Amino acid sequence: MVTQASTREAYGKTLLELGRENTNIVVIGGDLNKSTMTTFFAKEFPDRFFDCGAAEQNMMSISAGLASSGKIPFVSTFAVFGSGRPFDQIRISIAQARANVKIVVTHAGIITGSDGMSAHGIEDLALMCSLVGFTVVVPADARETAQVIRSVAEMDGPCYIRLSRPATPLICPEGYRFQPGKASVFRPGGDVSILATGIMVAKALEAAGTLAQEGIDARVVNVSTLKPIDQECIIRCAHETGAIVTAEEHLKHGGLGSIVSQVLVENCPVPVSTVAIEDVYSHSGEADELLQLRGLTPEKIQVAVREVVARKG
Amino acid sequence: MESRARVIRRHIVKMTAAAGSGHPGGSLSAVELLTALYFRVLRHNPSDPHWLDRDRFILSKGHCVPVLYSVLAEAGYFDVKELQTFRKVGSLLQGHCHVMTPGVEQCAGSLGQGLSFGIGAALAGRLDGRDYTVYVMIGDGECDEGQVWEAAMAASHFRLDNLVAIVDRNRIQNDRHTSEAMEIEPIADKWASFGWTVKEIDGHDLAQVVDALEAAHQQDGERHAIIAHTTKGKGVSFMEDNPEFHGKAPNPEQLQKALQELS
Ligand SMILES: Cc1ncc(C[n+]2csc(CCOP(=O)(O)OP(=O)(O)O)c2C)c(N)n1
Ligand SMILES: [Mg+2]
Repeated sequence: MVTQASTREAYGKTLLELGRENTNIVVIGGDLNKSTMTTFFAKEFPDRFFDCGAAEQNMMSISAGLASSGKIPFVSTFAVFGSGRPFDQIRISIAQARANVKIVVTHAGIITGSDGMSAHGIEDLALMCSLVGFTVVVPADARETAQVIRSVAEMDGPCYIRLSRPATPLICPEGYRFQPGKASVFRPGGDVSILATGIMVAKALEAAGTLAQEGIDARVVNVSTLKPIDQECIIRCAHETGAIVTAEEHLKHGGLGSIVSQVLVENCPVPVSTVAIEDVYSHSGEADELLQLRGLTPEKIQVAVREVVARKG
Repeated sequence: MESRARVIRRHIVKMTAAAGSGHPGGSLSAVELLTALYFRVLRHNPSDPHWLDRDRFILSKGHCVPVLYSVLAEAGYFDVKELQTFRKVGSLLQGHCHVMTPGVEQCAGSLGQGLSFGIGAALAGRLDGRDYTVYVMIGDGECDEGQVWEAAMAASHFRLDNLVAIVDRNRIQNDRHTSEAMEIEPIADKWASFGWTVKEIDGHDLAQVVDALEAAHQQDGERHAIIAHTTKGKGVSFMEDNPEFHGKAPNPEQLQKALQELS
């Protein structure tokens, strides 16, 4: 059994450490601070914590103002309220000014579960990757989350970090070092590459284990940074393995599958299959039930792998 | 300052005419307000636009950037000749506020964001123990945006007293008069009920403008909202109170007429 850990808890704890190290770090929230776990920071540094209430547009522009005077704002809410709702504020106040604002959202994707479709942030990566100059990262687990948060605190420029509600498997190898903009091979393999992001990295590793028993040697790559995308790694995988499967907990259009496909079409066309959410919203349910329903499972990744390997010819 | 105001009005009509587009109406209504700010009230240094202790001016109604560029140029942030490049490829002077221009604090063009931005800048000043004041100019049509009221509420919640809101009450928005597009009255009561100390002034009377801005600058524990009653298109007879010149540049003939009136 793999150990489970919460990415949002890793965020909250790392943010507290950063707060102790750097007095320029400020935290902004929108009445969901217990859930996003920014309360650890708020408790120790009440003067540097600003709850804006349920007013996300205001919250984003306030963060831009803080950044303009030298602060490093971490602004947190749920994925749906930190991307779509204040998109215009993010676009104008943050992206167009290249403001040094770190948007860290939790409760992304369908594994948010029983709150239903309004709470399922499944379009956020498409939206955020469309913004010029943004760095967009989806950590694969809690261990990587801690590193990503430290890394973006040091980076100058706007960032969007996407975390989950439930605890998820700890899968990053001991000694793993997150590097912004770099994908990382988590399992070697020569027949096909599975490029996965977020919670789907764990599913990809599971799928690769089963495929090995069938004699298919699948490489698994953790693509945690979606923007800027690691083109070089994607092209190398295509050259070396001749077939690509992508896996993400996001709509099929505009996420990892779209981004990787574009890189491949322009550089090294090979058979591709994208495992993602089809053009559909999901109803209320438990996380695992919804993942089954939408085909975000190791089994579906295996099917996709067999299909692209067959197409290699 | 009156002659300065006239020079700035001339810049506004000339630069919009040269660009063939832009927003003269709401720029002309704000001339006395910005002239008083930049040449009397603000603590600023044109040769060091990022000076940490500067007072900040945020033009939330970013389409009225011709008036801001004109005062910035007159104050020495960049050469007055630049004004003729407004809206042209390669220009420092974009169609709406952008941080690439020396002296411009924030990006704008989508209404409603400036007061929130100002809250962020004011909070940063308080955290750092700097005594600068943040002035934000909002259009009256812009007050239709919900975010303005999110910000008005938050500024009170955070007990900011280093933030001043100036509403350019020129009674016209994009298509037509505010009373027709969206009634915002009683606007003074609205600000007051959100926790602001409201003062209504004649926004073209320089003495009243300076008094109100200086009073608001006291950092006396209150948030000051100045409602400046103005005339859109002020100073050019055929633009005055005329919604048509919200977002239309004068043609060459109109420019000549405008410059005559402003001589
Ligand atoms: C969010 C948003 N919606 C619509 C517009 C288009 N627009 C530009 S100016 C304007 C009217 C603004 O009126 P007001 O605030 O009164 O400005 P002023 O009269 O001072 O020019 C509108 C609707 C915009 N820029 N931003
Ligand atoms: Mg108006």
